[in-house]
Amino acid sequence: MRVGIIDYGSGNIRSVFKSFEKASSLLDKNIQIVIIDNVEELKGIDKIVLPGVGAFSDCMQGLENINGLVDLLYKMVIEQSKAFLGICVGMQLLANFSKEYGHTEGLGWIEGEVSAIEKIGPEMKVPHMGWNSINFDKKHPIFNRIQKEEDFYFAHSYEFNVKNNNFVLAKTYYGSDITAVVLKNNIIGTQFHPEKSQATGVQFIKNFLEWAP
Amino acid sequence: MLKTRIIPCLDVKEGRVVKGINFVDLKDAGDPVEQAKVYDFQGADELCFLDITASSDERNILLDIVNRTADQCFMPLTVGGGVRSLTDIRNLLLAGADKVGINTSAINNPSIVEEGANKFGSQCIVVAIDAKKNKDSWTIYTHGGRKETGIDAIEWAQFVAEKGAGELLVTSMDRDGTGKGFDLDLLKAITSKVSVPVIASGGVGSLEHLVQGVKEGGANAVLAASIFHFGKFKIKDARKAMTEAGLNTRL
Repeated sequence: MRVGIIDYGSGNIRSVFKSFEKASSLLDKNIQIVIIDNVEELKGIDKIVLPGVGAFSDCMQGLENINGLVDLLYKMVIEQSKAFLGICVGMQLLANFSKEYGHTEGLGWIEGEVSAIEKIGPEMKVPHMGWNSINFDKKHPIFNRIQKEEDFYFAHSYEFNVKNNNFVLAKTYYGSDITAVVLKNNIIGTQFHPEKSQATGVQFIKNFLEWAP
Repeated sequence: MLKTRIIPCLDVKEGRVVKGINFVDLKDAGDPVEQAKVYDFQGADELCFLDITASSDERNILLDIVNRTADQCFMPLTVGGGVRSLTDIRNLLLAGADKVGINTSAINNPSIVEEGANKFGSQCIVVAIDAKKNKDSWTIYTHGGRKETGIDAIEWAQFVAEKGAGELLVTSMDRDGTGKGFDLDLLKAITSKVSVPVIASGGVGSLEHLVQGVKEGGANAVLAASIFHFGKFKIKDARKAMTEAGLNTRL
């Protein structure tokens, strides 16, 4: 199996790569983790990872700067149903649009919008930064060996407001409920950073590598 | 529930972890790569890596050491020291940093905060503020505590937070390395005025000091070096003390 991490000029590629290598080393499978920055290399990939650190518009621009990438991603993820994991802004890009620095269109694969985390009182600091517990009701293989209330690492100022609540698999609480994990068929997205969430994060990535949507 | 973070800090000079008293007279506390491994194993919430002489030596940070340190971290890593441009930030992120600490260059060229936040997101830009008490106020220093700027620390904190800093790392130079505890007045003055998270730094000598930084100083995270490096306390000791004091910590 070939897992491709997309490098589009934004994002902590090295951290993500390292954590995927670690997770795959724990599995008794032949898994190759590769970093991809062009369309040709993407073609032979079985599972796609879209990391994201940075501003939404800058990330979207980065994707569009790679000729043919957005179209090929659509073909592979939406038409061919290849497993996809978006991390942080990589998840937010699934939305229709974001209100960060104006209005920017997203991929529109999961209906909803990205807007600023609502600040409740002066005590509440934004970005939402640090380890926070996630809550989920539904059982799903992505949570294999992960308990409710386990902590993951978050670092964001904007949140994904998903239109259809059925696509929200887990939430976290910071002033109000915030989308932590989205799931739609073969597409998973996390607001937190599994690559930075130590052993729990590595377990999550391992679950993604084993996941057969 | 969001947890209070405990952040060990590696002050690095010429590739070695050192810890000075009031920023001078540095003692050697070892190899940064080994230290990073220990803290990852202990379950630190984040790790901070500061190349403390990069600005005063007018050179760039040692990317190779950042790289090897990052390889030992499955936790967030903040790297600071000698960051002058968006290219420097990008190179650090590529070397494995998750956040970049900016101090000297933010004062020489404040637009780097805004441009960095626009390009890499606020969560990536940590502005480090080294402050020293001066009668009834605090002024900030650059170049690893070697140059006074005359700029008021509180006003500066508000300014950089508005410009897009995602977090402030506030170090009391009066307390740093003394083990006398954080400058709680400085922390309070800043945490009550900014809307971004604040990391308290400088002066931790006991676990009680960590608790004070959060409860009295209003900090969202606490940073310490010596008490962890020399094995006086482990991360779990800090966690236990903070939990017993009613704070939310991880694990």
